[in-house]
Amino acid sequence: MVPAPLRVDAIVVGGSAGSVEALATILPACAASSLVPVVVCVHLPPQRASLLPELFASKCLLPVREIEDKQPILPGIWFAPPDYHLLIERERSFALSADDPVNYSRPSIDVLFESAADVFGTSLVAVILTGASEDGARGAKAVRDAGGFVIVQDPRTAEASTMPEATMRAARPQLVASVGDIAAILGRICNRQSAR
Amino acid sequence: MSDPSSLQDIEIRLLLEAIYLRFHYDFRSYSMASLKRRVAAALVRLHCATISELQGKLLHHPETFVLLLDVLTVQVSDMFRDPPFFRYFRERVVPELRTYPSVRLWVAGCSSGEEVYSFAIVLREEGLLDRTLIYATDISADALARAEAAVYPQDRVATFTENHARAGGRRSLSEYYTAAYGGAVLDRSLRSNVVFSDHSLATDSVFAEVQVVSCRNVLIYFDRNLQKRAVGLFRESLSRRGFLGIGAKESLQLSGEAEPFEELEREGKWYRRR
Repeated sequence: MVPAPLRVDAIVVGGSAGSVEALATILPACAASSLVPVVVCVHLPPQRASLLPELFASKCLLPVREIEDKQPILPGIWFAPPDYHLLIERERSFALSADDPVNYSRPSIDVLFESAADVFGTSLVAVILTGASEDGARGAKAVRDAGGFVIVQDPRTAEASTMPEATMRAARPQLVASVGDIAAILGRICNRQSAR
Repeated sequence: MSDPSSLQDIEIRLLLEAIYLRFHYDFRSYSMASLKRRVAAALVRLHCATISELQGKLLHHPETFVLLLDVLTVQVSDMFRDPPFFRYFRERVVPELRTYPSVRLWVAGCSSGEEVYSFAIVLREEGLLDRTLIYATDISADALARAEAAVYPQDRVATFTENHARAGGRRSLSEYYTAAYGGAVLDRSLRSNVVFSDHSLATDSVFAEVQVVSCRNVLIYFDRNLQKRAVGLFRESLSRRGFLGIGAKESLQLSGEAEPFEELEREGKWYRRR
């Protein structure tokens, strides 16, 4: 197995169809003392408030919050709000945009990953989970091109394989693994960089 | 700086400086992350390989700027976007406005006008439109022209209609438009009390005293300093106990300008000047 980067400043996670279940395995693996922010972008219906932050707050050790504009990126688990794109500013705060959907999606995983790659470069870990669209593949390539570490859920284990397959073609991920193995590696990264 | 992407950062800063010096539009305090995407889109649209090339083109062919400005500012919103926001306005703000002899409402950053007409429709349904003056401002002349024309693509009307109903609409939205030119043309009488005007939250100052300011999903494109400036303008412009509405995921706290305002409704994002 390729070793994950030594210093990780952020983990970004993208998914669509079926990804809530995958997240339920992955997110609780992050230790309560972890200093690494985990930023989650899941395709959501635009017209309704998202229930995900509340759903995961009870399952996770880290604080789970939905993002507001200009929020500084602190340790914890952060969800992209519905009907906005999520981007990262150089001064390490979140920014939102109401620009047109990308890949029919807002939030778009490509938008988040491209701007995160720009800011975090080699200290970024990006994870693509199950999903029925190709959103995320371009973004994962940007992460890879900037020297970051890309992990893809093994399409054979994914509820919808389109997203992981497109990402494997576009981004040559360093690691293709099951959800359980992804949880283990993210758990190790979080543990290594924690305020114990 | 060894960061390879910093070259692009330098080019963007130079471009923004050129735009400011040549055309007096100030994007220097805009959110860099969003601006980067828009500039990338502009490169494609204007057939430029690099941002520096775009800068050269802009300086030597000023007519290019109209196209660039459109890419940098274009925004499409839905009528009654975030229905609970308009429901709150109808149910909680309007009753207060009724007690005033006349009302002035400022839609700051009105883009192509969807929000202006959402307010106009609520005010019409509540019997207040006749004594309300709506200021609709934007920095883009193209956007203002689109707002004034009030023609929206037919395929967006279903969303508008659903939002209107969820916002507590008293009549069918279809009573406010006719189908023509492949789109929905809003009733002209809705804009009889609307003043469309060029105004920049980055460089202009307060122009009127108003009782309501609505500025939604505009502050997200600004950095914190510019957010502070804009919210400062709203505070100066609002009469005492005036109302301020912002976007669903915008925060006066995070912009550092919450103190002069009392939070009325967290979900709907309505505030009131202290």
